[in-house]
Amino acid sequence: MKLSELHPEGTKVRIGTVDFTQDDIIRFAGQFDPQPFHLDPEAARQSLFGGLCASGWHTCAGWMKCFVPYWTSETIRLGKDGIVAPKLGPSPGFADLRWLRPVFAGDSITYFVTFLAAKDLESRPGWRINTIRCEGENQNGEAVIRFDSKVIEFP
Amino acid sequence: MQADRLHIEDFTPGRAFALGPTPVSADEIVAFASEFDPQPMHLSQADGAASILGGLAASGWHTSALMMRMLCDSYIGNSASEGSPGIDSMEWKKPVLAGDTLSGQSRVTAARVSKSRPEIGIVTFRATVTNQRGDVVAICEYANLIRCRPSGEAA
Repeated sequence: MKLSELHPEGTKVRIGTVDFTQDDIIRFAGQFDPQPFHLDPEAARQSLFGGLCASGWHTCAGWMKCFVPYWTSETIRLGKDGIVAPKLGPSPGFADLRWLRPVFAGDSITYFVTFLAAKDLESRPGWRINTIRCEGENQNGEAVIRFDSKVIEFP
Repeated sequence: MQADRLHIEDFTPGRAFALGPTPVSADEIVAFASEFDPQPMHLSQADGAASILGGLAASGWHTSALMMRMLCDSYIGNSASEGSPGIDSMEWKKPVLAGDTLSGQSRVTAARVSKSRPEIGIVTFRATVTNQRGDVVAICEYANLIRCRPSGEAA
């Protein structure tokens, strides 16, 4: 079954939630994005963000952290109904990513995926590139991140 | 406020900042993937080799995070940076494999002062990340908010 058959265009699916603790924010930032507003609560208060907040890449990685187990459970769920889940492969990238609001220490981000479009690859029969919209919102229902990702689908 | 930090005035279009070199180990790839992207080709050499990626390969989000670290070490750590509103595009062109060493450059494509916040500038960059063979593994077009130099401060 193709992804486009499984998810009608525009159907937004909730894939999971990640709690962003101060310790996790500082640990990720210390390794990958050591800017003062991701490392030091006092320096963060002086920044435009106004408080200690997660690296935007940490917020992105949170989406993937939810998508992998979601897709694993979907594959199992479909299998029980005798449906072979779409075979998804690596992503060639993403576009139009917006960090709409800071993710502050203590925030809880719920992530979503929405199937947008599929395009057949002329060079490889049966292969497709899907475009999926990826979104996250905080515990107050405010959007914090949005991007459109590409995912390869094998026959 | 450190006067010698880079401000918006220093980011003239065409100026390029060198990135890396940053080695990428198998242990780092597996650690990142275990936390955020636990797919087989990011977790084991055998599964990576059997995949279209051709070896134990970093999650695209790991590659992105490594790019971020190289940007911090290159110019952001020495800049009056106030974060980023988003990424116009990220292309993961080739897999980043265990044992690779990443380097590259980020070049200013445009710079302007914000209309709504005259103390903040918006700089856009095109970052190119390459491996030790000179293959481009990632291309990223992104924006960075950077403070204007306070009046009265010498350049």
